[in-house]
Amino acid sequence: MTALSELFAAHHATCDLAFADAEVAGVEARWTEATTTLGRFDALMKTHFASEEETLFPAFEKATGMTQGPTQMMRLEHEQMRALLGRLGTAVTTQDPDEFAGAAETLLVLMQQHNLKEERMLYPMCDRAVGGDAGVVAAVTAQLAS
Amino acid sequence: MSAALSFEQAPPLSVPFRFFLTAPLFGIAAGVLFALEGDAVLESRWSLQAFAVVHLLTVGFMLQVMVGALLQFLPVAAGANVWRPRLLANLVHPALTLGAVALVAGFLGAGAWTMQVAAVLLGAGVLLFGAAASVGLWRSPAIGPTLRVLQLAVAGLLVATGLGVTLASGFGWRLAVPFVLLQQLHLAWGLLGWALMLVVGVAYLVVPMFQLTPPYALRPSRALPAALLASLSCWTLGALADVAWLAWWATVLGAAGTVGFAAYTLRLQARRKRKVTDTTLRAWRVGMACLLLAVPVSVLARLGWPASLLPRVEYLLGVTVLAGAFPAVIAGMLYKIVPFIEWMHLQRVMTLPPTMQKVIPDARARWQWRLFVASLVLLAGAAAWAPLAVPGGLLFAAACALLEWHLLRAVQLYRSLTPR
Ligand SMILES: [Fe+2]
Ligand SMILES: [Fe+2]
Repeated sequence: MTALSELFAAHHATCDLAFADAEVAGVEARWTEATTTLGRFDALMKTHFASEEETLFPAFEKATGMTQGPTQMMRLEHEQMRALLGRLGTAVTTQDPDEFAGAAETLLVLMQQHNLKEERMLYPMCDRAVGGDAGVVAAVTAQLAS
Repeated sequence: MSAALSFEQAPPLSVPFRFFLTAPLFGIAAGVLFALEGDAVLESRWSLQAFAVVHLLTVGFMLQVMVGALLQFLPVAAGANVWRPRLLANLVHPALTLGAVALVAGFLGAGAWTMQVAAVLLGAGVLLFGAAASVGLWRSPAIGPTLRVLQLAVAGLLVATGLGVTLASGFGWRLAVPFVLLQQLHLAWGLLGWALMLVVGVAYLVVPMFQLTPPYALRPSRALPAALLASLSCWTLGALADVAWLAWWATVLGAAGTVGFAAYTLRLQARRKRKVTDTTLRAWRVGMACLLLAVPVSVLARLGWPASLLPRVEYLLGVTVLAGAFPAVIAGMLYKIVPFIEWMHLQRVMTLPPTMQKVIPDARARWQWRLFVASLVLLAGAAAWAPLAVPGGLLFAAACALLEWHLLRAVQLYRSLTPR
């Protein structure tokens, strides 16, 4: 069985690549390309958040009883990232390269430090708490592949 | 593992910012002092003017930023919450600032009492910071080599400061301490054990993060700090026991660690997935290039060859490391973390907070980088032709002043958006 930490870390890398494509298109004001690449990045991110918020985090909270701890913090940061994704979408619609560049850079740093905390702290904790649960692993695998 | 662990989170904005805003002022002072006293500095690194310039850069500029950044970073990097960050900053910041001023005043002949003040304030400030950071680092739940490297860097800072305080006490209370021996150890622990070790640890975190490079692989990321630590051990033993071949091993290991780190970082950056090139990336590249340059220069300095040019070779080493590598990396970091911290705080109080680019646009940061690189070229040129020290020093001061100006404008924006 693949470790949960590996599944999610691999998906972070997929999101990173999609981000890089979207960022350069928007910063260089290639709006048609920015629409497609941002659309793909946005969809990947939302899939990722959903899989964590609907499957991984609840399983972890149930197994450990920690409902107010790290998972709450991660949910909060997901909200912040959703807001920045919204600003990127608006920047593409209004064709505003400066706003796009600013929102993209901010999202990049936020996303990277978020992923770092997950990969170095939360995911290893999840592996220990629910990594042996075949149901959780199967659900995550299916969600992240969609 | 504590159930209260929440990865929470950033200290108040004023905690890191007070250090960031103070640091460039010391950089300005270093540039101006060098423009005034360039001849003495070029003549010998043992001159009191050289000590003053070096400590404006290290204790004034570098230490301030590094302490402020660590207070901000520890929760993110290591889940290590620092105890009472505001109180800690209220104590550590004035101690480091006044301590650095006193130290430099002491070098410039203001009297033995200033050295006593410097020894007490810097010793107390660093000890307090080191203790708080260590507690956080040792209780951290994080995995990976970054944590270990940050622990080593804090230990290196404590050793370097202990040696420095002993030296300053020797000056201040006229004690018969072995100055040359202590100075050799102080310099090595400060530069390799603290500053470079910290840059290595921070690089593991931020180089992949800001530019989407592949991560530092596990084996080299353990081997690099190990090489630095082995170098320091050889250097310390060699100096204490007066064994020349140990000191040579120290040079070889230190050179290998430094080249390995800089070359590996440049290689990772060349393989980055991010396609947008920003000032932070440029600044890090200049920093790594300076580190690569510093290695052959330091070997020449160790060989003491050519003897007649030794002071100039040592000066050039100082330029590559103290005016080049560390300030470059620091400026590159500040242009990222200051806008990000500001956004982080503002998004709590408003729905459309200014993005990082609105806080400090990259085009603005780029001008600072240009000025900084120009100053480095002139400062390096002064090794060959001394009159370049004046424009070089002034340009370095101007680059630091521009950095300060950009930071002040960022704070002004923050103030205008937060009701108080
Ligand atoms: Fe997440
Ligand atoms: Fe995630």
